[in-house]
Amino acid sequence: MKKTVLIGALALAGVTAGGAAAATLDDVKARGHLNCGISTGLVGFASQDAQGEWQGFDVAVCRAVAAAIFGDPTAVEFSPVTNKVRFEVLNSGEIDMLSRNTTWTYSRDVDLKLEFAGVNYYDGQGFLVPKELSVTSAKELDGATVCIQSGTTTELNLADFFRVNNISYTPVPIATAAEAQQQYLAGACDVYTTDASGLAATRAAFEDPSAHVILPEIISKEPLGPLVRHGDNEWGDIVRWSLNALIAAEELGVTSANVEELSAGTSNPEINRLLGSEGNLGEMIGLENDWAKNIIMAGGNYGEIFERYIGENTPIGLARGLNAQWTNGGLLYSPPFR
Amino acid sequence: MSDTHAQSVAYVRETAIPPAPPPANETGVIKWLRENMFGSVANAIMTILALWAIYAVLSVVLPWVVNGVWDADSIRDCREKLGDQVGACFAVVKERWPQLVFGNYPSEHYGRAIIAFVLLFVALAPILFFELPRKMLWFTGLYPFLAYWLIWGGTLWTPVVALMGVVFAFFAYRLIANRSFFGALIVGLVALLVFWLLFVAPLSNLFAAIVPLRLETVQSREIGGFMINFILGTTCISLSLPLGIALALGRRSNLPIIKTICVLFIEFIRGVPLITLLFVASVMLAYFLPPGANFDLIIRVIIMITLFASAYIAEAIRGGLAALPSGQYEAGDSLGLDYWQQMRLIILPQALKISIPSIVNIAIGLFKDTTLVSIISMFDVLGMIGGPILSSTEWFGVYWELYAFAGVMFFVFCYGISQYSQYLERKLATDHR
Repeated sequence: MKKTVLIGALALAGVTAGGAAAATLDDVKARGHLNCGISTGLVGFASQDAQGEWQGFDVAVCRAVAAAIFGDPTAVEFSPVTNKVRFEVLNSGEIDMLSRNTTWTYSRDVDLKLEFAGVNYYDGQGFLVPKELSVTSAKELDGATVCIQSGTTTELNLADFFRVNNISYTPVPIATAAEAQQQYLAGACDVYTTDASGLAATRAAFEDPSAHVILPEIISKEPLGPLVRHGDNEWGDIVRWSLNALIAAEELGVTSANVEELSAGTSNPEINRLLGSEGNLGEMIGLENDWAKNIIMAGGNYGEIFERYIGENTPIGLARGLNAQWTNGGLLYSPPFR
Repeated sequence: MSDTHAQSVAYVRETAIPPAPPPANETGVIKWLRENMFGSVANAIMTILALWAIYAVLSVVLPWVVNGVWDADSIRDCREKLGDQVGACFAVVKERWPQLVFGNYPSEHYGRAIIAFVLLFVALAPILFFELPRKMLWFTGLYPFLAYWLIWGGTLWTPVVALMGVVFAFFAYRLIANRSFFGALIVGLVALLVFWLLFVAPLSNLFAAIVPLRLETVQSREIGGFMINFILGTTCISLSLPLGIALALGRRSNLPIIKTICVLFIEFIRGVPLITLLFVASVMLAYFLPPGANFDLIIRVIIMITLFASAYIAEAIRGGLAALPSGQYEAGDSLGLDYWQQMRLIILPQALKISIPSIVNIAIGLFKDTTLVSIISMFDVLGMIGGPILSSTEWFGVYWELYAFAGVMFFVFCYGISQYSQYLERKLATDHR
């Protein structure tokens, strides 16, 4: 008798657990908002304005997914998570997706049972040094002290790079980009290494940016993108194609300014399919047919978001580089909406 | 006059010398300086070194503070306004003040949080100062429920029903109090828990359906800034005191099971860093709880910090208990008091008085430790600074101003606590030394 009760309880727990894992979209719809994990603060990618509104490049992905589901980019609860706990928080189900400058790696994808929905920023690890050190190449950094954020892929890349080149270094572990900047300026380390986008942002905030150089070596590939838990492919599709819609919209010339007009129907069938005036792509994915239109209405296409938060006219001043459309020599390439 | 002095009398003064001022180097500033600053060669060297050190610090800090810019849109704006001068960029503190204090608490509800903060002092006053009328303790009892309602919002009926639970538990306690204090205490606590678990949600929903009496609900995740340090600090200290006393008594108990449980608990908690407990609260618990069970993060953290602090307070109080001469226990016995009467009337008041310095130590440490929650991505004042504010494009690069500000905030409150404890010690000094 006792055994049956126990088995019954276990089965019930299994069913509820399985049910929760399977239909994230239903959970999100029932809840009325998306739970999105973001960085606790990264210049240009996630920060708060004086009114407490989250904004930034990674935040825009969360808003895009919320717009796709609810037609309302504000239907998001942001959970800022640190490097150290981000995967646990996602796996434990406290958030539905993570959009937090996270590098897509083999082991994270396979071993941590996560699913990357694509790449929203192609980055690479670089080095920032004071000009007065007169170093011109990262290979000359033998014996340097290096500021590095712990618990990240940058830490591992750094070890690899120095081992391959047979030179030594002393790591100075730090927690956030702001702390790194302070430590570096205070002379606690000779070199600061992180993704090149972060280096550019850090240098831009210096009082005298010209006194510091970013070395030419980019020692790693850092494809950063949003991710979800393994095991709910429908949900993964929604995040993946929300991101693709941002990228495709830029390629097709759909912007927040003209999306309303274009959604009435155009001579380009792919735009029509994307914006829902033709075909039933929205229905296939379990959303309204104008889901992609809502995404573009909310924050514009990929290029617009890039320009607003991290582009050349912002204090961060990043060039598109690898993040240009494939038609412009970059790596951004959305599979067709068909 | 005898003959002996007949020859010398011409040399003896007939009038007293009028009093003269002491020599110049034996009076006033000079004397003080000579005695306190330049008493010996070593002291003189120390004085000069100290003066030089004070000058060195002030010459850097003063211009930095005096030149500080209070009005600017961004760090670049600040730098422009400063030009070549050295100066702080306090504009960031001014612009982000609400975020530093309230976190992401909705700005239209700041008033509620401020009322709760002010009432906190009204509630604390009768506990802290014995001169105040004892009737004020009624408000202290009501305050936790009121503060919860003000800060988190929701229907007023939830705290009211919770309060009814306390009344219910009190009657349960009174029913047995004559027979056994300890038994009554346990029965009261059990009654309270049962009432809260079974009745609060349905009853408050029922009443709320009839008369709503609602304040707009604020989510826990929106509470942040210095406010959360304060909530965690005050709640955890006040909860851990009774728990600590219970644990201390348990540890000295003659009953092996109670003693073992208390010792295990205390040693386990003291053997683990607070940050580990916080990680358990934030990450691990989510694995154990059924999916969808939304156990508020703040409550999880409060529980963990309370357990942590109570283990330390228990040890502090155990020290106080051990310091009491055995004559005090024997005095209790000779009066025919039972264990609980003895404890309440004779032992604990003295033991607590002895432990005041250590308890205050723990309280101050705990208040400062609440900033550790920034590690588990709760935006307390330090988390707020290190995360969203320092990473905004406007303020990336401002650093000293914000942390100095946080330092000042903590100094004010921690120094206040320590001053109060000294007042308390002076007041309770009954040993007539």
